[in-house]
Amino acid sequence: MMTALPPTQEQLDRPLIQVRDLSVRFGQQEVLRNINLSIPRGQSLVVIGESGCGKTVLLKTLIRLIAPTRGSVHFDGQDLAELSEKELTSQRIRCGYVFQNAALFDSMTVGQNVSFPLRQHTNMSDREILDRVRARLAEVGLPDSVMKKKPAELSGGMRKRVGLARALIMEPELILYDEPTTGLDPIMSDVINELMMRTRRNYSVTSIIVSHDMRTVRRVADRVVMICPVPRLQPEEPQMIFDGPPSELERCADRRVAQFVRGEAGERLMELRGSAAMSA
Amino acid sequence: MSNLSNSASIEANRSGRLRDSLVDWVGDWGGVTIDAFSAIGEMALFAWSTLYWLMSRRPRRGTLLPILYQVGVLSLPVVALTGTFIGMVLAVQSFFQFQQLRMETRLGAVINMTLARELGPVLAATMLAGRVGSAMAAELGTMRVTEQIDALSSMGTNPVHYLVVPRFLAFVLLIPALTVMAVFMGVVGGYFYSVMILGIDKHHYLYNTREFVGSWDLFYGLAKSIFFGIATAIVSCYQGFNCTAGAEGVGKAATAAFVHSFVLILLLDLMLGISLDAIYFTLWPEGSSLF
Repeated sequence: MMTALPPTQEQLDRPLIQVRDLSVRFGQQEVLRNINLSIPRGQSLVVIGESGCGKTVLLKTLIRLIAPTRGSVHFDGQDLAELSEKELTSQRIRCGYVFQNAALFDSMTVGQNVSFPLRQHTNMSDREILDRVRARLAEVGLPDSVMKKKPAELSGGMRKRVGLARALIMEPELILYDEPTTGLDPIMSDVINELMMRTRRNYSVTSIIVSHDMRTVRRVADRVVMICPVPRLQPEEPQMIFDGPPSELERCADRRVAQFVRGEAGERLMELRGSAAMSA
Repeated sequence: MSNLSNSASIEANRSGRLRDSLVDWVGDWGGVTIDAFSAIGEMALFAWSTLYWLMSRRPRRGTLLPILYQVGVLSLPVVALTGTFIGMVLAVQSFFQFQQLRMETRLGAVINMTLARELGPVLAATMLAGRVGSAMAAELGTMRVTEQIDALSSMGTNPVHYLVVPRFLAFVLLIPALTVMAVFMGVVGGYFYSVMILGIDKHHYLYNTREFVGSWDLFYGLAKSIFFGIATAIVSCYQGFNCTAGAEGVGKAATAAFVHSFVLILLLDLMLGISLDAIYFTLWPEGSSLF
């Protein structure tokens, strides 16, 4: 493996991710509109918003799994659009992505899943790979016996933890979590929240977490960004309707933010009543 | 006066409706044409990306071997069985006509030439598209829907290199072998039915086969089969990669993989038939004849 040079002060001061005027459109549907975001190293940012507002699309655009229609994403100062496929690959190794449903390869065992990036990108021996896989699985609280199992044999919480172990195996600088606690019981959600905090502490990583779970926001976030679905915005209104520390969420003057934080449907109930009246 | 204005407005309405339906018709066909061209363009880019990754880095042994086994070894029995039946069916269908001309010993030439040039490669390719191509589209489609393809990209592994290149190689390398198997079993089946059941003279059957079926015919079939393999692999992987969400999307991808591959196999069969014949008659202008 290549020995990386220690980063200069200028590199450390530079935001790890810089998003400028980002817009994503699928056919006629505008999902993201003029998003501007700067994420410094080591920050734990939680992106909240109702389902379908474009949170996952934003997360995927950050490592160019989705190409933006307009605007740019700079990762560590480099515009991802200007990188060749091979350069993009080497940048992606610096990131770990925990998918909503873990996205484990169902034809492989848990051990093969977690060791996959090591086998693809390093020349480590089988012994070293096995040791590292065991260590990562232990960190997420899974026993060695799970290594021989197929993902279909695991519960939702275990799959999420295997997904996290796989994302951590290359010791990334940035971890992206896509709805890490969705579909889990409250206890397992708490375990995942704790794991995210420990990961941040142990690896000093930058974390971007997409969630609509307010417990995650309160436990993990340094900074919260709330985005609103484009169809619910005024023509020139910015899509990011909140950007600040979690303590300010409660005090935010925007009614949509307050409703989201308190879990109130508000005018949506009027829409439901309207459709009920129409059907009657 | 009012009658006149009424009939004028009816006329105007009629021409307005006609114009609207014409606009709709042009719009619909325009939409279909744009969709078709963009799909062809996307498939061409997908094929180009496959070639690029094929040239830039070899796939790992561990990823290639299971796919070679799946495409080659597991397809052999079904290709051999259908090849045998096709050989026998050709004998059944042609015997009566050739017997009326008292040329039944020419069946050897007809059956074996048809198998080597046409039915062997088309049959092997169709079987492969049905047995492996649609399963491959369903597998890759499920991987797309469950974000496993995104997971590969996020871990710095190019999904085209990891998933498509080994499948492409397996198709291109093994389809000639499967074609040889289909042709061989067809030859055996045709011989068995013609000689053992229809009672055609063995010596003349084999003599006519040797006289009219040559290495060009075998080359002709094998050359076509490689193109069929390329088309089937690209179409099936493309359908899987572009699968839409849900169980319905995966089902549609599997069906589209087979239907599009089959249409493309027959289209290529025609085009390659014309081209290879043109090459043959350029090289050997006197040609060969069954009579």
